Order: sequence, then C-alpha cells, then structure tokens
Amino acid sequence: MVSVVYEAPDLIEGAVNLLAKSDIPAHVLAGGTDLIIQTNNSSDAERLIVDVKKIAGMTDANLTDAALELGPSMSCASFTERDDIKAVYPGLVEAAYLIGSTQVQGRASVGGNLCNSSPAADTIPALIANGAQCVIAGPNGERTVPVEEFVTGVGQNCMEKGELLKQITVPRPAANTSDAYLRFIPRTEMDIAVAGAGVSVTLDDTGTCTAARVAIGAVAPTALLVPEAADALVGSKLDEAALQAAADAASAASNPITDRRGTVEYRRQVVGVLVKRAASIAAERAKEG
Amino acid sequence: MSEAREFKYIGQRTIRPDGFDKVTGRAQYGADLNLPGMIWGRTLRSPHAHAKILSIDTSKAEAHPDVFAVVTFKDFGSVEGESINAGEGAADVLDLARNCLADDKVLYHGHAIAAVAARTERVADDALALIEVKYEVLSPVLDVEDAMKDGAPILHEDMFTQGYEETPSSPSNIATRLEMKMGDIEAGFAEADVIVEREFRTPTAHQGYIEPHACTARYDEDGQSLVWCCTQGHFDVRTSTAKLLHIDLSKLKVVASEIGGGFGGKTVVYQEPVALALSRKSGRPVKMVMNRDEVFMATGPTSAAKLKAKVGAKKDGTITAMQGWMAYEAGAFKGSPMMPGVMTMFTPYDCGNVQVEGFDVVVNKCKVAAYRAPGAPQAEFAAEMVVNELAEELGMDPIELRLKNAAKEGTQTIYGPKLKTVGLVECLEAARDSDHYKSTLAEGCGRGIAAGFWFNIGGQSSVSINMNTDGTGTIIEGSPDIGGSRASMQMMAAEVLQIEPSRLKPIVADTDSLPYSQGTGGSRVTFATGMAVIEAAEDVVRQLKERAAAIWNVTAEQVDYVDGVAINTAGGEKMTLAEVCEAAEKTGGQISGTGNINARGAGPSFAVHLCDTKVDKETGKVDVVRYTAIQDAGKAIHPSYVEGQLQGGAVQGIGWALNEEYIYNDDGVMENPGFLDYRIPLASDLPMIEAIIVEVPNAFHPYGVRGVGESGIIPPLAAVGWSVGNAIGRKVEELPCSPPRVLSLIQNG
Ligand SMILES: Cc1cc2nc3c(=O)[nH]c(=O)nc-3n(C[C@H](O)[C@H](O)[C@H](O)COP(=O)(O)OP(=O)(O)OC[C@H]3O[C@@H](n4cnc5c(N)ncnc54)[C@H](O)[C@@H]3O)c2cc1C
Repeated sequence: MVSVVYEAPDLIEGAVNLLAKSDIPAHVLAGGTDLIIQTNNSSDAERLIVDVKKIAGMTDANLTDAALELGPSMSCASFTERDDIKAVYPGLVEAAYLIGSTQVQGRASVGGNLCNSSPAADTIPALIANGAQCVIAGPNGERTVPVEEFVTGVGQNCMEKGELLKQITVPRPAANTSDAYLRFIPRTEMDIAVAGAGVSVTLDDTGTCTAARVAIGAVAPTALLVPEAADALVGSKLDEAALQAAADAASAASNPITDRRGTVEYRRQVVGVLVKRAASIAAERAKEG
Repeated sequence: MSEAREFKYIGQRTIRPDGFDKVTGRAQYGADLNLPGMIWGRTLRSPHAHAKILSIDTSKAEAHPDVFAVVTFKDFGSVEGESINAGEGAADVLDLARNCLADDKVLYHGHAIAAVAARTERVADDALALIEVKYEVLSPVLDVEDAMKDGAPILHEDMFTQGYEETPSSPSNIATRLEMKMGDIEAGFAEADVIVEREFRTPTAHQGYIEPHACTARYDEDGQSLVWCCTQGHFDVRTSTAKLLHIDLSKLKVVASEIGGGFGGKTVVYQEPVALALSRKSGRPVKMVMNRDEVFMATGPTSAAKLKAKVGAKKDGTITAMQGWMAYEAGAFKGSPMMPGVMTMFTPYDCGNVQVEGFDVVVNKCKVAAYRAPGAPQAEFAAEMVVNELAEELGMDPIELRLKNAAKEGTQTIYGPKLKTVGLVECLEAARDSDHYKSTLAEGCGRGIAAGFWFNIGGQSSVSINMNTDGTGTIIEGSPDIGGSRASMQMMAAEVLQIEPSRLKPIVADTDSLPYSQGTGGSRVTFATGMAVIEAAEDVVRQLKERAAAIWNVTAEQVDYVDGVAINTAGGEKMTLAEVCEAAEKTGGQISGTGNINARGAGPSFAVHLCDTKVDKETGKVDVVRYTAIQDAGKAIHPSYVEGQLQGGAVQGIGWALNEEYIYNDDGVMENPGFLDYRIPLASDLPMIEAIIVEVPNAFHPYGVRGVGESGIIPPLAAVGWSVGNAIGRKVEELPCSPPRVLSLIQNG
C-alpha cells in the first residue's frame, strides 16, 4: 500500500516547515501535471504532498510599474487570460500558452514548469529572456536567484530541502522592448519541444537594437542564456546578417543530444532558425509597442 | 445490381443507434466489465529483443499472499503447430500460443513471458518482479536486410524458406518467398522509351486505436467460461482461446464489448487466453487491461518494408512493364502481409507485363497484425511514386497517365481473375474534375496524387431478425461495429421491410446466440453482413406474406408486400407489418428471419487522393494544407459513415507518411511506446479532409455495396510523399517525412 499525506498550509512558513521537517519524501504540489505523473510511477511507499495553492499570493499575478510579481502556482489558463501582462510580455504569455492543451493549462503553472526543471520546459527560455528572478523561501529566510542560474541540470535546480519558490519577479522592460518565444515540435500541439528560443530586444528610435537577451531551450541539459547571440543583435537593425549571426551563435552555444525527438545536428540547426525568427517577431513587436 | 434504383432509406444520414451511449459515456468498452470476486492480471514482459529462456521460477510470486495464480506457456498444455482461422487469415496455433506467452525463447522487447493474477492491479504489477527468469541473451535482428543476410542470427531453428522449388536445408529468417508474374517483363521493358526505377522504405506503423486491449475472463467449476473483450471478431477469439485452452466451443462464450478502434489490430488474441488460464487456475474472474506502452510494444503493428519498383512506358504514356520487389518484416513469427502487397502493387494499371517478388521475413520485433488493407499501402506507395515520376519524365499530367493505363472491367490481374466492374476511371475523373485539382498551387507548396486498390472480402455472416408483436424488430448480428455498421444494417433491413429504420434495433450478439460470423475486417461488414441482413429481412417478408395469406385463406403468392403493408391481390384486404406481427400467435408463432451466408462477390474499391503540402524549408516541417479523398463505395448506405471511412483512412495514411514510426535502439528496445513520441496526427494538424464518394455499383450486392473501410489508407503514403518531394524539388524514398528527414533531404539531396 502507498500512503500519501496531503497538507495544504495557508502560510509560506507553514509550507517551509512541513517540507523542512518531513522524514518521508516531500513534494510541493502546484497544478500536479508533472508531479502526479511522476509520483504515480514512483516506488516510494510513503510521501508527503504539500499543496501550496492555498497560500496567499501563490496563484495571483501583480503587475506594477517596476515588475510582474507572479505567483508561481497561478494556472497558465489564468495567466494567459491577463491582457495587461500579455501587452508587456507577449512572448512569456505565448510560452505558457504552448504548454499541453486547454485542459492541461487549467492546472499547469509557470512555477511548476520552472521547478520541474525539464530541459524542454517552454516557459524557462522566455523567463530568462525577460531577466526573471526566482524568490525562494526556506528555513533560513529568502533568497533571490536569476532563472538562468536556478536550473542546474536535467530535472535539478538550486533549491535545498525545505525551500520552495515563492515568487517569480519579471522586471518591467525598458521602453521599445518586446519579446517572443518559439518552439519547434513536429505537430501543432501536445508535444515536447525539440528546440525552443526566447528573445527579448530593445530598439532605439532608428530601429537599432540597443539591448537583447537570447535564451534557448531543449538543446542542452538546461535552458541557456546566450550572450553571444545577443551581442550579434545589439547595434544592428536586425538585418538578415545580424539575425544569421545570432542564429549561428545560438547553434554554437547549444549542446544537444540525439534522441527519439531529434538528432544533434537537427537540433543545433533548428534552434538557430528559432532564434532568428523569434528575434524578428520581438523586434516587430518592439516597433509597434 | 445493374441499374440505379430508387431507395426509401438507403443513402440517408440517420442517427446512429450507438450514438447516445457513446457520447454519454454509457457505452461499455473492453475494460468496463467488473464481476464479483474479480482479480487482476498483469503480464511479465521481456526486457530483451532476443534471448533464450533458461528458466522461469514463479515460486516467490506464487507465495505472495495476495497472488492467486501465475501462468506461463506450460499452462497451455500441449500445443501443435496447426493452422486455424484466427482473425484476418490463417494463424499457426503454436505461434499464437508462443506470442501470448513465450516458450523457450523471447523474440522481441515486450514479449510476454508469464502472467500473474492478484487481488489488485498494483499487487499483480509488484508480483511480476518476484518472478525470476534466467536468459541467455542473443544478438537481435532488427531489419529485413540484416535478417536476410547469410550468417544472420536465426530466430527459429525450424524455419526453412518456403516458395522455392527446392526447400533449402538450412534454417532462415525468410519464411516465404513469393513470385507472381504475367506476360514478358523483359520484352515489356525493351519496348519502353522511358524507365523509372527506385528503392523505398517504410517504417513500422501502429493502428493507434485509442482503446487499449482489455478483457475480463471467468472460468467456472463446471467448465463453462466467459470472455468479455474488445475485439473485431469474437467468434475468432473463441476459436483461438478454445484451442489454446483445449475446451469445446460450446463451453466458451465470448462477448464483444463496444470497441474503441481496431483497424485490423484487434483481430488477434493476446490476453484473452492468458486471462482465462489465470481464471481457471485461480477460480476467480480475471481482468487484464494493457497499458499504452504494452499496446505499442507487444501487439501487432504493420510491417516495415523495403521495396523496389520499376516501370517502363512508351512516349505516349502507354505503360509497357511493371516490376516490383519487396521484403516485409513479419516481426517475431512468420506471416507479414507480403502476399497482398505482391498482389495489389500494380493492380490499378492495365499492363500485360508484370513481375513482383516478395519476401516474408522474421525479425526481433513484435509480430505484425492486420492494419487496414494489410500489405497494400507499402507496396502501392512504391508503385505510385514511380508512376508519378514516370508522368514527370514523360511530361504528362499524372491523372491523364493513370487514365490512359487504368484498370477496368476485364483487366487481367497478376493474381488470377480478371476485374469485374470497378470504379477507378470514375475516381480518376472525379479527381481531375475536382475543385482541388483545378485550384492553383500556392507558392512554395507541392502537390501529390496517388491511387489505391484493395480487394475487399466477403465471407461468413450470420444474422437473425426477430420481430416483435408491435411490428418492431431486433437485428441480431455477429459483426462488432467499429465504423457505424449498426446504422447501415438498420437501414438495409428497413429498406427490405419498408419500415422506419428506428423501428429496428441492431445488436451485436455473443457467440452463444448466433452461428459463426467472421470478424469485422477486410471491409466486409456492410457488404457481407449487410447481405445477410437483407436475406434475413427477405425471410421475414416471406413469412409476413405467408401469415397474411393464412389469415386471408389465400396462397402466399397471392399476397403482395408494398410500403410495409401486405395486400391480398385476390380480395383487396390489407394488413400492416405490425398487424401481421400482432396476429403471429394465431398464425403459427412468432416471426423470425435468418440469413446465414458465406458471401461471394466482394467488389474491389479503388481510391484516388490529392494532397497539397507546404514545407518549412528551414525546419523540414510539413503541413498538409489541402487534402481530397475520392473513393468508390459502390453504393453509400450511410454517406456520413462512408465519408468517415474515407477521412479516417486518409488521416491514418497521412500520419504514416509524416511522423509515425517505431524507433528502436541497437538492442531492439522500442524507444517511443506512447502517443507523445509515436506521433499520430492531431485534429489541429490537418485541414478538413474533403471526401468525394463515387458510386459504381457492385453487381453482386443487392444494393451495389462495396466495402470502403480500407482502400483509403493506401494512397496517402504516395500522395503525401510525392507532394513533399514536389514542394522541395527532391525525390522522397523513405517514410516517414519527419522534419529531420525532410530537412536533410532539402540540404543533402
Ligand atoms: C499532457 C501534458 C502536456 C504537457 N505539455 C507541456 C508543454 O507543451 N510544455 C511544457 O513545458 N510542459 C508540458 N507539460 C508538463 C507540465 O504540464 C508543465 O511542466 C507544467 O508547467 C507544470 O506545472 P504544474 O503546476 O502542474 O507543476 P506540478 O506538477 O505541480 O509541479 C512540478 C514540479 O515542480 C515542483 N513545484 C511546483 N511548484 C513549486 C514551488 N512553488 N516551489 C517548489 N517546487 C515546486 C513540484 O514539486 C514538482 O516537482 C505537459 C504535461 C502534460 C501532462
């Protein structure tokens, strides 16, 4: 028999306490679209499930002049409905909108996507492109880590026992900045990224790129920030040569594997294509915005 | 049937009788029967693709307090290698038994070895780990090329290639070699001005039915037994299961549940004999339900194949010679659909000089099973691709080239008979005249066209129609309904009885309630079971006339039956069908018609498909932007379900052409046993499939019916393959056209 202890604390401290003190395997539950599948296949006879969705702020999103304060457990369905957020971070919202299907999005959360730390997670490159930060609560208080440093390996992140993700903070982008996220899958939906790319660009009045962040997913053990690709864009008008240089930089930075979803050569190539296309879309949006 | 006739009900789009149950969730599928005291069976499967089983120790599992029984191959007792009719075609009983539970060798990753029945599914699963199996691991043979090589590891030491004048003396992985030919192939090529020749490959593809295999079995103290399962042929499940467990047919009742797709894959037994053996041993009802990964690893997809096709033609487009070669993977046991591949490959063409050679080859993969027009899609893919290339070489429109050489009534087939009336020309003309073909192709897109031929079969069907005293009736048939056939049976009976279809309730009865009926396959049900329904309904009409005659004291010949009313031509009296039924008590008892037939005269169905694709040249991703499926139905009894068959066949063929494939690692372990990585098309991947029904009646069916269930999966492979090649300016030789393969074709040619 499997015994599952379910707790739904209403305070962060309560959740931290439960996680820190547990002597059986303990898991934070957000939407459960990763967790339940994983624990169903697990051989643990006992486990503690700490549902964090009752904790104030965990399922809300607050857009201030300074930043988006995203409750990590907000469902993607609620998140993608927020037109105010979409106006500022269209690429990030797009990434959340790609997860699974309408049904899956009713539960799945951006925080769950991040904490599950899959190399192919769709929201992670989009968060990195936007310079998002993870606010982690734990027995020793709070700490803040940039998303690109949060994930440390396949299914691994920097959180220690007793810690949980309390908030994702996404800074307000500068004027004339926008983002885009694209992923490649062989079908139209319900699939796992073969490669993904999140790009944010800032333009000046002449249409010259003054700042950029490029992040790629599914082509290395973790999503990668690729400064070389950003450098290729900065100073250009995002002409074909600059885009191709960014694409090449992304391909070079990638470190993919061959598996049933794609080969090394294919992933390297496609991730460059996605960077190029995402950069163009982001630039179009920045001009319009 | 020779001339077009007026119908009262045939051709309407009535509401299907199983619709409400299915949309409300009330319908009972394979996993839905629960019996008192029921326990759960799970299967231990091989982690190796090829190994000798040195020993199986089940004692620890048996000692588990919640385990009620463990079975292995030994529980089947002595099994002989005789041939029985199991599903679509003959099966060797020993192979069947060894596929259900391995004997001394495991032959593929996922091959069943033992099964455990326990109080819960979880316990049964855990108890599998208590079974100790010792293996001697052997090198796996994973494709036809390796399997056919001299010195290849041999799967079956007792298998010697059949089909040569002299049977070789050393064992081989080639089970059968077959050659069919007519005319003079060399002279044919010598006459040709243009010759096109290519090699092709197609992957292992699964039917992808949504419902996993599931059954509940109960073996009683008195030897009576019950199997409830999702199957395309419950009478064949009875034959196979009774054979493996050595029980009389009368003692085994098989009930066909509602079925969530089969496409040929549910014509064979996997769990049913095992569940019944577990029940016999444990004295409890046993349920077994496969997981999705088990369905992929251990049921029967269709053969991967290697093929060659060569055609020659004169400058004016007259095809002078057609030559084919194919090697089909059978999986672990002999019996790929290579023979129908050989037979169908060039049948759409009226060419006198044809030669085709085929090989049935065993490899360390799961044993293939029937899949919609088994064997034809692979062979006709190769043929249609070279015909399209021939059109290109000749500078001819591909439809005109096909029309010039189209098979028609009287065309000699390679497999013996001449074709009777067929509708290929009509399908090609419908394609030529379609909006789709007339539309201009968008920039960067490609267009493909292909034809497809499938025989269709008839066979044995048994039907009773029991009339009630209020003039309603029950149609009792034995063909599991997969594609809406109950609606068609209702309409055909209604047409004969001239009453509203809704007054007749069609049911699929169990094996105790009807004589043998062949399974649902070979596109036979609307044709053959439909014929049995018509015969049973005509039997009812004959009895109605007799009963009315008895009341009026005239002879049955003096009674007419028109619009559901019996009329005394001598005296002018009338009685409705309901009135005759109500009076049955006084005229000799209740009225019941039967039609137990072995239907002959199945009419082949030709199909022609058009496909436009758009290819992302930087990623290799293919989008199907427009698709039209044209097919000869003979007569569409229920047009919606005919369209459904055309569209469904097209979609499965598109999936096979674009993304579906079994991926194995070097050890023969399947790496994508799930719908995430075995990519069948999603609704959002496809445009609406335009369906055009052509009706060239089959003279051997009272209403002109041809089967339509299978031909539709044949043309998509070449229609899509050619279209993709056309879009990128390359020749596609290997399916699926998955993004990495297409990108590499674009970049490397
Ligand atoms: C059918 C299907 C399709 C899918 N498609 C996609 C897709 O297209 N793209 C994609 O990226 N993913 C996809 N996924 C995976 C999954 O839906 C996403 O990763 C989702 O965002 C996870 O969110 P969740 O809220 O359900 O996480 P959960 O399952 O609740 O949690 C995931 C993990 O994160 C941990 N966790 C969650 N919240 C916190 C927190 N606040 N602090 C600490 N740890 C936490 C959990 O303990 C668990 O380990 C799919 C899943 C399914 C079932």
